[in-house]
Amino acid sequence: MARRIDVKNLDIYYGGFHAVEDVSMTVEPRTVTAFIGPSGCGKSTLLRTLNRMHEVIPGAHVKGNVQLDGTDLYGQGVDPVAVRRVVGMVFQRPNPFPSMSIFDNVASGLRLNGVKNKGVLTDAVERSLMAANLWIEVKDRLGKAGIGLSGGQQQRLCIARAIAVEPQVLLMDEPCSALDPISTLAIEDLIGELKEKYTVVIVTHNMQQAARVSDQTAFFNLAAQGKPGKLIEIGPTEKIFSNPDQQATEDYITGRFG
Amino acid sequence: MSASTADTPLAFRRPSGVRTIKNSLATIFVTVATLITIIPLAWVLTTVIIKGYRLLLSSTWWLESQRGITPRREGGGAYHAIVGTVEMALICAAIAVPLGVLGAIFLIEYGRGTKIARGVSFMVDILSGIPSIVAALFIYALFITIFGLGRSAIAVSCALVLLMLPVVLRSTEEMLKLVPDSLREASYALGVSKWKTIVKVVVPTAFGGIVTGVMLGLARVMGETAPLLILVSYAVGINFSPTTDTMGALPTMINAGRDQPPQMPGYERVWAAALTLIMIVMLLNVLARLIARFTTLKEK
Repeated sequence: MARRIDVKNLDIYYGGFHAVEDVSMTVEPRTVTAFIGPSGCGKSTLLRTLNRMHEVIPGAHVKGNVQLDGTDLYGQGVDPVAVRRVVGMVFQRPNPFPSMSIFDNVASGLRLNGVKNKGVLTDAVERSLMAANLWIEVKDRLGKAGIGLSGGQQQRLCIARAIAVEPQVLLMDEPCSALDPISTLAIEDLIGELKEKYTVVIVTHNMQQAARVSDQTAFFNLAAQGKPGKLIEIGPTEKIFSNPDQQATEDYITGRFG
Repeated sequence: MSASTADTPLAFRRPSGVRTIKNSLATIFVTVATLITIIPLAWVLTTVIIKGYRLLLSSTWWLESQRGITPRREGGGAYHAIVGTVEMALICAAIAVPLGVLGAIFLIEYGRGTKIARGVSFMVDILSGIPSIVAALFIYALFITIFGLGRSAIAVSCALVLLMLPVVLRSTEEMLKLVPDSLREASYALGVSKWKTIVKVVVPTAFGGIVTGVMLGLARVMGETAPLLILVSYAVGINFSPTTDTMGALPTMINAGRDQPPQMPGYERVWAAALTLIMIVMLLNVLARLIARFTTLKEK
């Protein structure tokens, strides 16, 4: 089940540093939204506030509102651990658990949340690996270490791990930046399939990738180094890449800066 | 030196004579230094093996104690001392390992950068510099002078805890630091709580290193002599009870016979006891490596 995300007047801080200023946007269920913009503009930071991962860094806090189908993620008594069970995440660098086999990596989210039934786990692992287009490559060596796979396979393993817990939103933080073009293509195809079930938000430095995979694109920029990042423009990907409203967006996507 | 440009021909000459000499000198120096480091180690090992191996070949050595054996008599074994050394080390490990590992988890996973963590870290540094005799006297003062308890193996174990704890804590800390934050984040992103992340992801990733640290700590405390001399009477017979006042141990067995003249049968037993102690410590190291190897998954 996919969920809708509403961000309203969100400000993000790291201690005294104002990282992202006044962002408002809506992400519809079963769509892919891409965040683009130069380095340091706060797109990864914003992504990490959508499942409260930024709180891992001491001193990080937000003002404003993030709602998932109307429920405030920052409301009173909301457990960030419970939020992350619903909003999954894939990271920039593949990070399979080195102490676990391929099977255990995919099953880890369920296992660590208390699922013990072997049949349930086996089904979930097979289904997730198939969904991540990795099943055929690893089905005969599920007991081997996950870190023995190639970089692209590892990243697909991480995607399988993330979707095994059946999240309702999937956040991807530059999931292809450490991968070769063929693995990138595999992941992009996968994103296209994932959006049939999930709400996907992806941060990318690669504008062609944003154009290929996303339905909606958000462009972020910052006035100067040390100033907070801002959402400059958000709209349908086709419009952002052909006829953006803002001059800065056009400059960025045509490669005039950034 | 001028950079070669396109029109100057490339010359890949051998280094000049001076540089060749300097290079050879450095190579010789490094090699000799290595050999000098190895010499005492090899010397000690060969001496102990040559003088002590004979007794280790008989089953008597592993199965009998020194009860009723005087230095003038042949026979008897080191069973009582092996039992004592292993028992005291295990009691010590049972206390020091949980404390050390949990302490390291606190310092790295929960207290990083806080005042209390810095305070604890500082105390651990001090603790790791404490000489074993000071640890032994502290336990003596606490157990025997203040609480009025008798000397016992358990008192030795407690003194050994003071020596093992900083070793285990420091090595566990280093191993936990090596676990990349990306793994912790990956686990959090699956909706896993912090404690479960530590127990199921962070500690298993660092497991091999933690085991190595524990084994190194054990090896250190097994050879400690001062706590044994101060806190438990050396017994030539077998005693399994950690709370009564006597227990044999390999270091005190060596100490008890060290003034024997070479013609006495007791003289050879001192070398044999030393070899036994070295072997137990080496066995622990091998064990640590095996555990580390078998807990790592095969990649291909």
